[in-house]
Amino acid sequence: MSQMSLPPFERFYEEHREEIHSFLIRRLGPQRAEDAFQETFLKALRAYPNLRHGEQLRAWAYTIAGRVAIDEHRRPRADADLPELASLDGRPAFAELEHLADELPPTERAAVVLRYGYDLDYAEIGAALGSNATAARQAASAGIRRLRRKETQ
Amino acid sequence: MNAVSAELDRRFREAASDEHLLDVAYDFVDSPIGSLFVATTERGLCRIVYDADSDRELEKLARDFGVRVLRSAKPVDPARRELDEYFDGKRHHFDLPLDIGPLAAFYRNVLGELARVPYGEVVTYGQLAARVERPRAARAVGTVMNRNPVPIVLPCHRVIGSTGKLVGYGGGLERKEALLRLEGALL
Repeated sequence: MSQMSLPPFERFYEEHREEIHSFLIRRLGPQRAEDAFQETFLKALRAYPNLRHGEQLRAWAYTIAGRVAIDEHRRPRADADLPELASLDGRPAFAELEHLADELPPTERAAVVLRYGYDLDYAEIGAALGSNATAARQAASAGIRRLRRKETQ
Repeated sequence: MNAVSAELDRRFREAASDEHLLDVAYDFVDSPIGSLFVATTERGLCRIVYDADSDRELEKLARDFGVRVLRSAKPVDPARRELDEYFDGKRHHFDLPLDIGPLAAFYRNVLGELARVPYGEVVTYGQLAARVERPRAARAVGTVMNRNPVPIVLPCHRVIGSTGKLVGYGGGLERKEALLRLEGALL
């Protein structure tokens, strides 16, 4: 059982550039998406040699893009007091879960991190995981249940 | 409308090399003997491939030089320029630095001698073997030619059989003939 090996960066870029670009446009609009696109793939390129295998690359790409989008969002009004994204609707603050999320199975972890850490919606997470919105919702909810159990142990 | 524009794509590929984030940059260079797959590291030219199967070449480059392999025109421009001049008949030797990786001593010696065979001249496999003091190793010299990572620039097309026949070429005999004709070595 060998893990998928890391493809040459060109293949990773070709495979994900369109959907990451669309995601950034939805988040930031077409103007700011351009800078964010370059920033996302430059960050990915910097981190790429440290990846140990080629699994979950799409979720990884969305994670980076999500972080870049949040930074971009904050930039023009850096001194404004933005609420924590995850606390807007009473969902658990991601900071409380982050250290625990490491122990989750990969799909659940990716779903939890993308949902609560980066505020992607389930359709986007489904795309990132190569499944669909329903499967993403189930994975996130299974992940959260598992985390709650751990927390109370 | 939402698609990544050619301009945005080009800007990213250029920024990646400007920021020195690439292990290997590659691009395709048009030539009279077909499209050439040309790859370079920051140290120098590392591959020229005829009729390249891109997937296979990218995998090999990733294995030999690192996974950050990206198509990017700018780092390949110096090679493109020298190849264009060569095919225009205006350049008789290449000034490009090479990065052909760690090689066994025999390979290194043979390729070193090969680099000294002048424009428009030919040598036989046996003569090249003699120049590296392995006069009986003509066949092994042929193997080195066949695995030349940077044909044209390291001129394995100038190495022919003892009877004057062209014998073989990684890119096909018609290309070997075309290159020798260009150089005036064949009438």
